[in-house]
Amino acid sequence: MTPSALPPAAPSGPTLFANARLLDPASGRDEHGGCLVNDGLIVALGADVTAANAPPDTVVVDCQGNCLFPGLIDMCATIGEPGAAHKETLVSIGDAAAASGITTIVSTPDTEPVVDDMALVQYIQQRAELMSAVRVRPMAAITKNLNGEQMTELGLLAEAGAVAFTDATRAVADATVMRRALSYASAKGLLIVQHPEEPSLAEEGCMNEGEVSTRLGLKGIPAAAEVIMIERDIRLVELTGGRYHVAQISTGAAVDAVRRAKARGLPITAGVAPHHFALNETAVGEYRTFAKTSPPLRTEDDRLAVVEGIADGTIDVIVSAHVPQGVESKRLPFAQAAPGIAGLETMLPLALELVHNGHISLLDLLRTMTARPAELLGLPGGRLIKEAPADLALMDLDAPWQVDASRFRAKSKNTPYDDRPVQGQVLRTMVAGVTVFDAHAQAEAAE
Amino acid sequence: MTGLARTDFHHPHLLGIEGLSASEIQTLLDLGDHYVDLNRGDVPAEPLLANRTQINLFFENSTRTRMSFELAGKQLGARVVNMVAEASSIKKGETLLDTAMTLNALHPDVLVVRHRDSGAAALLAQKMNCAVVNAGDGSHEHPTQALLDALTIRRRRGNLEGQTVAICGDILHSRVARSNIHLLVTLGAHVRLVAPPTLLPPLVERMGVDVYHNMHEGLTGCDVVMMLRLQTERMSGSFVPSAREYLHYYGLDYDKLAAAKDDALVMHPGPMNRGVEIDTDVADDINRSVIREQVEIGVAVRMACLDVLCRNRGKPRTQDTEDAA
Repeated sequence: MTPSALPPAAPSGPTLFANARLLDPASGRDEHGGCLVNDGLIVALGADVTAANAPPDTVVVDCQGNCLFPGLIDMCATIGEPGAAHKETLVSIGDAAAASGITTIVSTPDTEPVVDDMALVQYIQQRAELMSAVRVRPMAAITKNLNGEQMTELGLLAEAGAVAFTDATRAVADATVMRRALSYASAKGLLIVQHPEEPSLAEEGCMNEGEVSTRLGLKGIPAAAEVIMIERDIRLVELTGGRYHVAQISTGAAVDAVRRAKARGLPITAGVAPHHFALNETAVGEYRTFAKTSPPLRTEDDRLAVVEGIADGTIDVIVSAHVPQGVESKRLPFAQAAPGIAGLETMLPLALELVHNGHISLLDLLRTMTARPAELLGLPGGRLIKEAPADLALMDLDAPWQVDASRFRAKSKNTPYDDRPVQGQVLRTMVAGVTVFDAHAQAEAAE
Repeated sequence: MTGLARTDFHHPHLLGIEGLSASEIQTLLDLGDHYVDLNRGDVPAEPLLANRTQINLFFENSTRTRMSFELAGKQLGARVVNMVAEASSIKKGETLLDTAMTLNALHPDVLVVRHRDSGAAALLAQKMNCAVVNAGDGSHEHPTQALLDALTIRRRRGNLEGQTVAICGDILHSRVARSNIHLLVTLGAHVRLVAPPTLLPPLVERMGVDVYHNMHEGLTGCDVVMMLRLQTERMSGSFVPSAREYLHYYGLDYDKLAAAKDDALVMHPGPMNRGVEIDTDVADDINRSVIREQVEIGVAVRMACLDVLCRNRGKPRTQDTEDAA
């Protein structure tokens, strides 16, 4: 495994997070205590770790009983670089992630040029190490230039640091290409991530097919387009034994299909974006392009099925699905507008709605953004245990605030959540033992 | 004579029929009715739109609708400017909203817009400082067509309430169908849709209509038969197997029309594909077809819409301030 990107600042001396609610989703730990960090690693942890027994020169952070948990791993975010630095840069995306408790961003390969070559995988990691406050780990393309035909150098790309493979928002439509990718990847244990949409059924579609699309006169994408692709791929997983992950699931039928495949013991996992459990198709309203996404927002029944899928573990990970878009790509007639939501800074508070509404426990929710993605991608983070990287987030679980796009650190502000009241505020974020975000210090600086 | 002293229509734009109340629709129809009579007489309409500027912005070709709006504006004394996409910078990659900014600088009072994308008129309305009339946006709405269809029926039948209207053909792609469904359902008519399943949008029955796949069943006992145009590129294998098969099952001829009431009206928004969705004899039957009347009423209804929207805008700018600007 290649070394992970590190923040530019030099590691500081020991830091103690005292008086915290320690949460480790993988082990189920949820107890009051302290967490001592030194040289970029967690060195001590537990109820007996206090300021009194900390080594000299330790910086003590009094957590006042707030939640301390492994920094979030966002398994799907579009970074602007290379090719779209006017929408997002590794600096802006790093700052946005740090302020949101995210310590690792897993980037999609649909950049310009496409990440289908070792040099680009290395370039992104090196540049992120210099520019970005958080770790950035690239996914690489399954097929050359996302053309859906020629397989990329999966093995070499993985050695260069690619943590998974996807053609981003293009589905690998050809069954033989998908079969061979899964088959080849299976020998090396690589993860294939599919955009679940049968393209011939989704052609020119720009929102969910149903009552709303009929009323608005927009071409819809039927729910069947998603489940058809997933059902096909399940058969290919059976045939090949390859590890397969649904990038973002949006329909109840697809959740059912994944649930059944898992019950049969197949190596199939699924991710979901917050908008598929926080919104439904009615958010499109009168042609609101900020609510145009891929896959599209679905019906309320689908949304409820997605919530259930998260609660029962059918859906493994929650991702930000951050897609930065500017005014020039959104202020257009709906069919012409680009899909995507700038989701980094709303991922955690929207996910916490599931906890506050009683659908899932806090530990189970955090697992979908920490231990589970780490496990799928083979990353060392995602744990709050001794010897784990000191990638940490401290959060006031109940603090209420209102989403305000104008205060986003991300360069693009395309959010449908503006003014939405949410709960759960990140107070401090640490990457490899270095504080990359401190809400208190920022508030003081602003005064 | 100004028709109505005051109106019950207070929207700044006319973007669609959906969301209008029955009384708002009746207001437009009443005023349209007045202009039909006026246009047939010798007395010209009062120049209510004098010193008003109306821009017709057409991104899709439509000679008849554009001419109808042009004539309506001129009858009321407006300065009418036509802007056709081919001849403008829109083809050079200018976005819709850049176009809006440019047009705002011309200080129009009314912008009549037709665009291939659903929602385009609403998007323009957000950025324009004038009243926007949707003259057809994608497969979404075409409100003035629905108003003229309704007025045509009302003038023949006295009322829309209780009338059974069959809308037949390519509902899926039709903005005319959507506007007509909203309007007719709002005014208490019974609406039936008759089309093959491939030309019906999903869950359309939730718009308060009954769906039929067979012309004979759908037309049985109808008061009005409204035919829609089927575009050539959709006839050969993509949505229906062939023009011949479509004519056989869904084209309107006397045989199928016999299922409707004896005095059922036959309507078509034009332009017709004779021999595809409608038989020439039926289209030309002066006893049944009101297709030519629809065209005449179209001008009057558009006069009503322009009149009402400009009333809501207050007094026009005088020529002097216009020149100074």
